Amino acid sequence: MNVGNWLALGGAAIVALAAVAALRRRITATASGRRFFRHPTAVPGLFVLAFFVTIAIAAPVVAPYPPYFQIDITNPDLPPSTQFLLGTDPYSRDVWSRLVYGARVSLGIGAVAMLVAATIGTAVGAVAGYFRRWVDTALMRLVDVGLAMPRIFVLLMAVALWEHIALWVLVLLIGLTGWFGTSRLVRAEVLSLRERDFVAAARAAGAGSGRVIFRHVLPNAAGPIIVSAALGIGNMMLLEAGLSFLGLGVPPPAPSWGNMIADGWHKMTVAWWASTFPGLAISLVVMAFNALGDALRDALDPRRAGEEGGEGGGAA
Amino acid sequence: MTEPLLRVRDLKTYFVTEHGSGTARAVDGVTFDVLPGETLGIVGESGCGKTVTSLSILRLIPEPPGHILPGSFIEFEGRNLLTLDPRELRAIRGNRIAMIFQEPMTSLNPVFTVGDQIAEAAIVHHQVSRRAARSRAIEMLRLVGIPDPDERVDHYPHQMSGGMRQRVMIAMALVCRPQLLIADEPTTALDVTIQAQILELIDRLQAELGMAVLLITHDLGIVAGSADRVVVMYAGQVVEQAPTATLFARPLHPYTEGLLASVPRLDAPPARARGRLRSIPGQVPAATAWPEGCRFHPRCPYAWDRCRAEEPPLLDAGGEPGTHAVRCWLLTDPRRRTPHP
Repeated sequence: MNVGNWLALGGAAIVALAAVAALRRRITATASGRRFFRHPTAVPGLFVLAFFVTIAIAAPVVAPYPPYFQIDITNPDLPPSTQFLLGTDPYSRDVWSRLVYGARVSLGIGAVAMLVAATIGTAVGAVAGYFRRWVDTALMRLVDVGLAMPRIFVLLMAVALWEHIALWVLVLLIGLTGWFGTSRLVRAEVLSLRERDFVAAARAAGAGSGRVIFRHVLPNAAGPIIVSAALGIGNMMLLEAGLSFLGLGVPPPAPSWGNMIADGWHKMTVAWWASTFPGLAISLVVMAFNALGDALRDALDPRRAGEEGGEGGGAA
Repeated sequence: MTEPLLRVRDLKTYFVTEHGSGTARAVDGVTFDVLPGETLGIVGESGCGKTVTSLSILRLIPEPPGHILPGSFIEFEGRNLLTLDPRELRAIRGNRIAMIFQEPMTSLNPVFTVGDQIAEAAIVHHQVSRRAARSRAIEMLRLVGIPDPDERVDHYPHQMSGGMRQRVMIAMALVCRPQLLIADEPTTALDVTIQAQILELIDRLQAELGMAVLLITHDLGIVAGSADRVVVMYAGQVVEQAPTATLFARPLHPYTEGLLASVPRLDAPPARARGRLRSIPGQVPAATAWPEGCRFHPRCPYAWDRCRAEEPPLLDAGGEPGTHAVRCWLLTDPRRRTPHP
């Protein structure tokens, strides 16, 4: 680590803090924003995420070495020091550098997979809940099947069948097997929203089904969808880590937190740092997402909406 | 006679209840006309089929469990609404026929500004640009008497009072200048002073825009003030139909009589004013089990054997032909109009 890296690391921490503070200033103007920040884990969770996102974006500045660079293959497993912040791994690569670049891969996979899952889940749930009858029955039986399938097994099968799997295919697979829960949740929301008066009013105004679903029903279901997505990203990342650990996920030498654990685990007794730090990173980020999801749930829960009535209803 | 704008003939809307406990005949053979530019009041107690009638006209009955029976006929501007495909139907909803709902607090979408919601029908039906839609929304807010429309257009429903929200609902309904406005209990959820304002507003806009209004209410006071003609509904049927003045001066159906007698009056003759306020005994029966014969007979003070056995048709009550009709056997036997002990 040279001075520039240290400065960049400090800068990343400051940027993350500033981002949290800026967000706090902005959204505490609303009642749900205040509820969000009242949650004890909201600020630490946000900070952890902002920090990892910042170093992932600024990876070339924060990391002293390229992620694949082998420093001295005859002398691997160096312990953490000021030169190698988190030590080096059995292939003599700087663990800190790989952790930073791995954040790109791991966070990216989690976010994109969740985006895929949330989109499909929302679409399926909205269609099932809005049209009901046989559409609902057919889609929900499909979801039952999906939920009954052991997901890791399905993914292992798929990965095993393709041998050299491209990263985007893996992301897509994780997303495609992760939307079932979301669709159930959205369906339940839509079932209740479609009976609301303003939906009848929209239909009486001549809005078609698509318009009613996208403009009147789904925006009112945004809260639960966002919460479940925030809670789901952590799961997606764990799944990626698990697959990569088994050697079936992100193909080496590209660094992901999962395959970094795999690289180091057989030398745990002599070089604990190579797999412990990526493991910690995973735990920290997953916990941060869960904390964020919890705080969002508090903030967006419609049953709590009564608490904002005081300042919201500035009626004339 | 002018050609009616809306012609409803033998409308039957039934609901299949869950657990197979029967079919609720919520609307069971309703017939009436709405003339261009007039206000037709539909009156009746809760559960007599007023709202289902109005929802049936726009085909907004949830199907299932509801369905409109074949043989029913709803003609608007020369077209049978019951045979239109969904596209043609959407082109009429909100454009030619608009509706305002009972609950202004829940009939607006909480996540959009009132301007967006008023503009929606204009965007759906007239494909206007967002900018044009916005200025149209402001114009509508001004028309319905909301102060500072330029500012209010960006407000959310929760920032407005009930009366203002109902004005917004009216603005939403009228943005496309419909020929027919269906107002389902438009003032029930409002304070009495606001009620009067809203009714005045509807009256004024009706005159300005030349539209017909189908006013659905349980409040005879509202009907007396606003409607040209009145249809009285009971148990899913029309039981009396007359011009407003005639109905109030000479109610012929015992149910109408009972409704009028149960309105508190300051100008009533002293004998009645000092007496107790009258009410109709009993309740509207369940729609799954309308009584045999005349559906009102269990609550009717005049009922005799014929009423229990035979269902009366709508009978002409004299006056100008075709204006006053009553579904009651008393018309064939007026001497019985003294309650039996």
